[in-house]
Amino acid sequence: MHRRSFLKAAAASAFALPFAPRRASAADRGPIRIGLLSPLTGVIAAGGRELVDGFNLYWDQVGRKAGGRAIDVVVEDDASNPNTALQKARRLVEQREVHMLVGDILANTGLAVAEYVKGNGVPYFIPVIAADDLTQRKRIPNVIRIAGYTASQSTRPLADYALKNGVRKVVTVSQDYTFGHEQCGGFCQVFSEGGGSVLQQFWHPLNTPDFSPYLPQIQSLQPDAVFAMETGADGSRFIQQWANFGLKDKIKLFTSMNATDQSIIRTLGPEAEGVISAGHFCEGRDDPANKKFVADYEKAFSKLPSIYAFSHYSGAMWLAEAFKAIGGNVEDRPKFLEAVRKVKLTSSPLGREVSLDKYGNPVYDIYIRKVARRPDGKLWNVPIEVYTAVSQFWKYDPEQYMKQPSYSREFQGIKKA
Amino acid sequence: MTSFVARRDVAILALVFAALCAVPFAAPGYKTSLATEMLIFAILAMSIDVLSGYAGRTSLGHGAIFGIAAYVVLYTVTVAGGRPWTGALLGLLAATAAAVVFALLAIRTSGVYFLLITLALGMIVWGICLRWTSVTGGENGLRGSVRPEWIASPAAFYWFVLATTGAMAFGLWRFVHSPFGLTLRGIRESESRMRALGYDVSLHLFVGFVVSGFFAGAAGVLYAFFNSFASPATVSLAQSVEALLMVLVGGVGTLVGSFVGSIAIISLENFVSFHTERWPMVLGLVFIATMIFAPEGLVGRARLVLARHSPRNP
Repeated sequence: MHRRSFLKAAAASAFALPFAPRRASAADRGPIRIGLLSPLTGVIAAGGRELVDGFNLYWDQVGRKAGGRAIDVVVEDDASNPNTALQKARRLVEQREVHMLVGDILANTGLAVAEYVKGNGVPYFIPVIAADDLTQRKRIPNVIRIAGYTASQSTRPLADYALKNGVRKVVTVSQDYTFGHEQCGGFCQVFSEGGGSVLQQFWHPLNTPDFSPYLPQIQSLQPDAVFAMETGADGSRFIQQWANFGLKDKIKLFTSMNATDQSIIRTLGPEAEGVISAGHFCEGRDDPANKKFVADYEKAFSKLPSIYAFSHYSGAMWLAEAFKAIGGNVEDRPKFLEAVRKVKLTSSPLGREVSLDKYGNPVYDIYIRKVARRPDGKLWNVPIEVYTAVSQFWKYDPEQYMKQPSYSREFQGIKKA
Repeated sequence: MTSFVARRDVAILALVFAALCAVPFAAPGYKTSLATEMLIFAILAMSIDVLSGYAGRTSLGHGAIFGIAAYVVLYTVTVAGGRPWTGALLGLLAATAAAVVFALLAIRTSGVYFLLITLALGMIVWGICLRWTSVTGGENGLRGSVRPEWIASPAAFYWFVLATTGAMAFGLWRFVHSPFGLTLRGIRESESRMRALGYDVSLHLFVGFVVSGFFAGAAGVLYAFFNSFASPATVSLAQSVEALLMVLVGGVGTLVGSFVGSIAIISLENFVSFHTERWPMVLGLVFIATMIFAPEGLVGRARLVLARHSPRNP
């Protein structure tokens, strides 16, 4: 071939390349690409690792195949930073051409990514991001909370449980950010509407090194119980100091589910025993699907699963069901999203049949859990009571409920006596 | 030889600019948005370089000034319902105003004290953004599409940022090579001597700081357009430090170094993080290596090497 004609041919083929059909036949559709965003570095890196492990555990168990297509999970580190999360989401969608995004732990990272997918319609699934308004006042059709929870969903049954057990006066202690405001708000609203009174609310910054300024104040208020909303290192510090100050057997302690999550209590001792919380995951629950998941996870990673691993394991299950329903055709976005919304998980670690409400948030049983010792000495959460079919709106009418403002430090839904 | 630009340099600059113009064609999609981000951070790094490289005052508060502009743009457009350009104007004003306050407090000091006072001022801004939930959205930040319609597409926005960056780089280059810039360099070398010569050192530093803050604010406005999002992370110390590292890696007191540093660090972050989750460690090693083998920064080092091998300048 002459040099010139070679150049011509090369130029012609280079020109034609972008116009060639990318996927020739249905059989050659390639894998389903899932972009998994997780904080592998930064303040919540340990949770980020478990998130990835939980998600991958499920796909490994099913041979990385669903709906007739291979599953390709592309992991990116969001560095616990919303700007990085946004950058990585862009990269996964625009460069790696993933069909959907899953993940993130911190609410601010999730909200940043949600804003991005709002513009381009990429499906985004959030098994951990709990910001109330993502499935309430500011919902986005392509952002769905598979296997996840809204912040105030699990603390409402806890307030009801407290009332039933004779608690009338509480003090709340909470991290001062949206997730804390919302979890506390759910608790306070139900508690005060049921006749209880909230004596005082303490808000402390994330990563509070020492709770001793708060604990004597709590004691002098003489509440029947304390509700503590804590995540991460704050959780273990609070539970330890609570016991060190001798409050453990004097005042009842209720916490958010994150404060007694495995990620925290696996490093704690007797001080954590007996602490009561509420959540949709309960690793000590006697149920075949739950037991299987806990055993498999423990075998693979030699520790009990945390909420992050659990949520993403169940989230992967949820996606697999949806892939099956549409024969793996995730390219048809409206159909795919519809299939995800219609999934009913019957045998998952989430318990009885679980499905989404019409706002994209799951309805499931909430367990009142107590930290107890397993025969081998490890601490875990066991159920002491069940609230069946709890939705993100509790017993309120959704439309009516969404007319009240979002929970914040100023608005906690407390009913004046 | 800085009073006029050699013809060769103009040719090189024109070539680089033409190459940069072609980025959306050569690397569409994600890479274009990455290039946009590099340009925006180059402006921020340049604004720091004006102070640290020419006036000898290294600031750790510029991330906060940058973030204030981004917050104001987002607040004006998404909460108050204003137009993007109103937001941009207000953002620039707010950043400049913040720079005035910072400057009044910081210019009396130098060296490590200047570093610390700008750090403290930046932390105050961070604290306000975190706690003033009703205005700043607290930890969750402010979100919303604030980009004007005609630069909505990634390519158009890239060209817009490129044009702005070009204009700003030229402006800053003129600024540091003006008699005013020379005075700043004089202050860097010897404050007492400049004072003895009759220069108002405080006034010069004040003006220098405010001008630098204005450019940091301009970068913040572009960042708000680019990211549609601002949170306490945008005004955090990490933001200031990252921009300062870009200056250090590229070369202090060169302006061009800011571009080199921004390109180097953003591409490192992106390509290394794709291969290992230990990317912050790799980044750290690169910084250490730079400090050992090229303490003048990449551009500074390159100039030294060129000068050594050039027959005209033995």
